[in-house]
Amino acid sequence: MRVDEKLTIDAFKVDRESHIKINQDICRNKCKNKYCLSICPGHLYTFNQDNNEIVVEFAGCLECGTCKVACTDGAIEWVYPKGEFGVQYRYG
Amino acid sequence: MEKIDVVIVGGGLSGLSCAYKLAEKDMQVIVVERGDFPGSKNVTGGRLYLEPIKSIVGDMLDDAPFERKVVREKWSLLGEDNSINIDFTSEKLRQSNHSYTVLRAHFDRWLSEKLMEKGVFVIPKYRVDDLLWEGDSIVGVKAGEEEIYANVVVASDGVLSFMAEKAGLKQKMKPKNYAVGIKEVIELSEEKINDRFNVEASEGCSHLFIGDVTKGMFGGGFLYTNKETVSLGLVIGIKALMEKAPAIEAHALMNAFRERYEIGRMIEGGSLVEYSAHIIPEAGYNGISKLYGNGIIVAGDAAGFALNMGVTVRGMEFAIASGIIAAETAIKAKEVDDYSEKTLALYENKLREMFVLKDLYTCKDMPGFLDNDSFFSFYPNSFPDLVEKIMWFGEEPKGRLGKSLWNEIKSNGLLSFKRLKELYSIKNI
Repeated sequence: MRVDEKLTIDAFKVDRESHIKINQDICRNKCKNKYCLSICPGHLYTFNQDNNEIVVEFAGCLECGTCKVACTDGAIEWVYPKGEFGVQYRYG
Repeated sequence: MEKIDVVIVGGGLSGLSCAYKLAEKDMQVIVVERGDFPGSKNVTGGRLYLEPIKSIVGDMLDDAPFERKVVREKWSLLGEDNSINIDFTSEKLRQSNHSYTVLRAHFDRWLSEKLMEKGVFVIPKYRVDDLLWEGDSIVGVKAGEEEIYANVVVASDGVLSFMAEKAGLKQKMKPKNYAVGIKEVIELSEEKINDRFNVEASEGCSHLFIGDVTKGMFGGGFLYTNKETVSLGLVIGIKALMEKAPAIEAHALMNAFRERYEIGRMIEGGSLVEYSAHIIPEAGYNGISKLYGNGIIVAGDAAGFALNMGVTVRGMEFAIASGIIAAETAIKAKEVDDYSEKTLALYENKLREMFVLKDLYTCKDMPGFLDNDSFFSFYPNSFPDLVEKIMWFGEEPKGRLGKSLWNEIKSNGLLSFKRLKELYSIKNI
């Protein structure tokens, strides 16, 4: 089962505004390893070659915090989604 | 402005336990929870050990919705394509209430409902955005447009604790101090779980896996049986993942784990009902935050109260105990009418007298000891291979068993100086 299929099983309440902000300048000029692309358990980060941009599908965020910790260059500004939004675990 | 006694940020186990004890003493308390209900943002492996907290919880956990009582402890060393298990059970485990598996969305929600029956305000769907300050003291929290003033703020907002960070109490989060946990909850019938895991109804099993499951990286797999689901997951050190070359995708590791023969047989026919992830404090004693400040106490994962002991991982009983002690501290502070760190220091002093800081201190060298590829690749590869060689009967006549064993142990390095030194050094942890 693919990870995007796994995410469809979870309950999400999606805000219009992303709770994850990416400073593309840091990604382009400072970050060498792009850990976010492989370390996210939801596989939500991708690299858009045309725009030379890191893209995050914030709607499927499991709110684990891994990217926040792994982005040691500080490109990812990560806060909790606003109250009522984000993943709602039914088992936990 | 009017102040209540305590505002609690986060309705997880430390926050709810704190509120429960405060309500018993008729303290005015509000719990603010960002999820739809307490438990809806929580993830655990996991199981709760009851013995360490039985003298302090009172009636809080009476009728708690535990999943299963753990009566079987299993560990597996996973080689690439072989494995060895240890399977332990005992009359003592079966007859006592040693530990139970839980699912947090059920468990925390139940506890919050019990609290609301006692008249405690548990406000869901509010994210606390900031602390309120008066000089160098914290005097409340801000959630959206709402301001709640309180004599004590309890930061029980989990491992990422933005409150402890804003209060200046938290260490900078470094990859080496955290692991990521990824979990699948898989639905299976109660009978199937009883049969497959060789337990009676309401009894369950805890199973840890080490080795190929993390491709040699710091971490391991886990499986806990719940009533009608199993929690199957992986924990991997974030630093180890970052250093892995070529990079391995975390979600792919989880998939590879569930597709192993050993796991496949256990979950066959089950259906995935939830996919979750969360980071876990892994630094032990050396990773804990400053535990209090003027008008603030930090509890549970927010403080870094999680303990990886290699053979098991613990956290929830630390959260409950720290929440209860935070409540006792707030009650004492009210008695003496002083909420400065001078009085709140009592919190740390009490935690030092009990298992919370004692166990963490005892295991303070554990993270360094465990950060060793011997545990994650050498042993999990060597032992199953050894068994495979002994148990294989081929065309050739079998050599002398003891001699073959000895040769094998010598050649694979199990008796090398490095391994013996490692064995010798276990007395230090």
